[in-house]
Amino acid sequence: MDKVTNVFISGVGGQGILLASEVLSEVALARGLDVKKSEVHGMAQRGGSVVSHVRFGEKVYSPVIAEREADLLVSFEKMEGLRWIHFLAPGGTVIVNSQEIVPSGMEAYPDGMDEGIRERQPDALLLDALGLAREAGNARSVNVVMLGAFSNYLEFSEDEWTKAIEARVPPKTIDVNLKAFRLGREAGRR
Amino acid sequence: MRVLLSGNEAVARGCYEHGVKVATAYPGTPSTEILENVVKYKDDVYCQWSPNEKVAFEVAMGASFGGVRTITAMKHVGLNVAADPLMTSTSVGGDGGFVIVTADDPGMHSSQNEQDNRYYAKFAKIPLVEPADSQEVKDYLGAAFEISERFGTPVLFRLTTRISHAKTPVELGERTEVARKEYVKDTSRRVVIPAHARRLHVAVEKRLEEIRRFAEDSPLNRIEEGDPAVGVISSGIAYEYARDAFPTATFLKLGLSFPFPIDLAREFCSRFETVYIVEENEPFIEEHLRIAGITNVIGKEKIPVCGELNQGIVRDSVAKNPAPSDRAQVPPRPPVLCPGCPHRSTFFTLNRMNIGSTSDIGCYTLGVMPPLEGLDTCICMGASIGNALGFEKAIGKEFAKKMVAVIGDSTFVHSGMTGLADVAYNKGATTVIILDNSITAMTGHQEHPGTGVTLMGEPTIKLDYIALAKSMGIEDARKVDAYDLEAVKAAIGETTENPEASLLVVEGPCVLMDRKSWGPALEVNAEDCTACGMCLRLGCPAISKDDEGKAAINPLFCVGELCSMCAQVCPVKCISVPVEAAAS
Repeated sequence: MDKVTNVFISGVGGQGILLASEVLSEVALARGLDVKKSEVHGMAQRGGSVVSHVRFGEKVYSPVIAEREADLLVSFEKMEGLRWIHFLAPGGTVIVNSQEIVPSGMEAYPDGMDEGIRERQPDALLLDALGLAREAGNARSVNVVMLGAFSNYLEFSEDEWTKAIEARVPPKTIDVNLKAFRLGREAGRR
Repeated sequence: MRVLLSGNEAVARGCYEHGVKVATAYPGTPSTEILENVVKYKDDVYCQWSPNEKVAFEVAMGASFGGVRTITAMKHVGLNVAADPLMTSTSVGGDGGFVIVTADDPGMHSSQNEQDNRYYAKFAKIPLVEPADSQEVKDYLGAAFEISERFGTPVLFRLTTRISHAKTPVELGERTEVARKEYVKDTSRRVVIPAHARRLHVAVEKRLEEIRRFAEDSPLNRIEEGDPAVGVISSGIAYEYARDAFPTATFLKLGLSFPFPIDLAREFCSRFETVYIVEENEPFIEEHLRIAGITNVIGKEKIPVCGELNQGIVRDSVAKNPAPSDRAQVPPRPPVLCPGCPHRSTFFTLNRMNIGSTSDIGCYTLGVMPPLEGLDTCICMGASIGNALGFEKAIGKEFAKKMVAVIGDSTFVHSGMTGLADVAYNKGATTVIILDNSITAMTGHQEHPGTGVTLMGEPTIKLDYIALAKSMGIEDARKVDAYDLEAVKAAIGETTENPEASLLVVEGPCVLMDRKSWGPALEVNAEDCTACGMCLRLGCPAISKDDEGKAAINPLFCVGELCSMCAQVCPVKCISVPVEAAAS
């Protein structure tokens, strides 16, 4: 049986996780692969913890990733990276936006998130996606910066990614988003 | 063309391709996007939001009587609301093909319970069709219409969250028109007086046996050969999890799972020493097997009843030594009322006045979270008003001053109006607060009779809650601006003191509806801030404490002057619109 690739994306409602997982799924579909993508709508979106599962390969059955199955664990927010890290497969890759969003009801951001992540995966890549998004021209393009960062670890070419982004984002924002993608792609390389 | 569609989008596409003419629903996660996508085909398919699932069901039933292919869609608990027409529609049967879509929510991502609606098929004695991915959703919907028309029965079409909201590849097809059947009056079938209903029940039992024989050979129920030593029976999304958990096994995959194809299952089970039954939530398949004396099965003694499954849970539940979960300790991040939400003022005020609330289903249920903590009860759509009246009848009229009913506009239209009539009729002192944001917000902004627009985008009537309450004899019916905290406080004070029933409509459109109205973020003058923490009591996600304990506003979250609740509550008035913005 051919291997299925599992990409697990987490973050906070409103960070644009769905767009990132949508672009990834379209890239895989355009390659002619079977692809399934799953997330939850409704109540969870109101500023809560949000996850999206993307699986692709020759044949995919389940639309969700189970614990210890994610080849690539991407988080748009630091605490959300640690929250879901038990989904990481042994030897899997971790890419985390170092941005800190204080959960409502808490007065300050808790300590120990970086250490927690590095304890589980010493090679975890933490990057300042919010800073790169601002550099690209829009603080809301954090999602595309992260897409650029994790694109390095998947089998698709830069051309396939940019085509999918151009098809998916509002026409006026294509330039900012492509810049965000490139900045993320550079920052995500080792 | 091959495209990625969610299960809900695939239902909509299926409606288009399979010649559906009428589609109805009341929104509810995870079913909402079905009708939101059917409307894309509005030139070919008439579609509407109904005030609730019962009415949606009855409109669809009427359309089926009228001879056209029809669907009605709802979330699992929505079918409870529509259970009355469901239970009798099954003996009356369909004319135009009639499919009822139920979207169940294992894991309760956005629901108050985890009921397994497959039992409704058995209870109502109608066929149950269970697709497992979006391609099957579209294909099986066509099969469901054929079954409905061939046997003259409504068909229950069951999705779950991970089918409704997972995107999987679908091959698109063209629309096939289905001719309308001529309506012929037939009171012996459509008027269910007892004399007719007794005969109809006999016919239902006969029909059920015919459909069971059909299910035994249906291509919707298929055997997938594999390892001759391991057998698995499954259906719906659980089949996908089981496929990953038992990659080499032989499968009996059920797509038409009621009336249960018992001969097929018996023959399948006879080939194996042990057969795994993998199903999410209840042992629906397993019960059919055990009742028939088939006992070489492993089902719910291993596979959990509670919660959503996935391949890992299935694998671990049958493994001898499953690895323990290695979850990190991280503070929770629950969903909260949005920055600028108009509902915040009501819960803040109730909290300050030490008044509790029987509440209801919607965004405002999030008012239960600290620091607002404004809810005493939340049960089901519309329950707030009856619950409040019940408290009053049990504890006394004085208690009504300390316990109000809080309900959203869409929920009020859904099933609050009858509760309000009850309060008026039975002389309650209850104060009913409608949080009117003019839309069904939690499910993503669907129109309803209080919005003034239909699903298909046409302007229409707009329900007047004040006039409605007055027509019920409730004299004290009034409105207040949700963003005026002083006015909200005064109105809640006066209506709760009133010894008779009152209705208070707290008006403020959902802040997510009109992003153009958002202004620059408010700012805290840190020199004046005394770190008293009053603004933090609003529970606004945009406000936190800085290192010195003073208020800090996150400019990415704050919606600006339109809300200003924090500026209103600040005792030293240190929160304001930024100077440059105020000047421009």
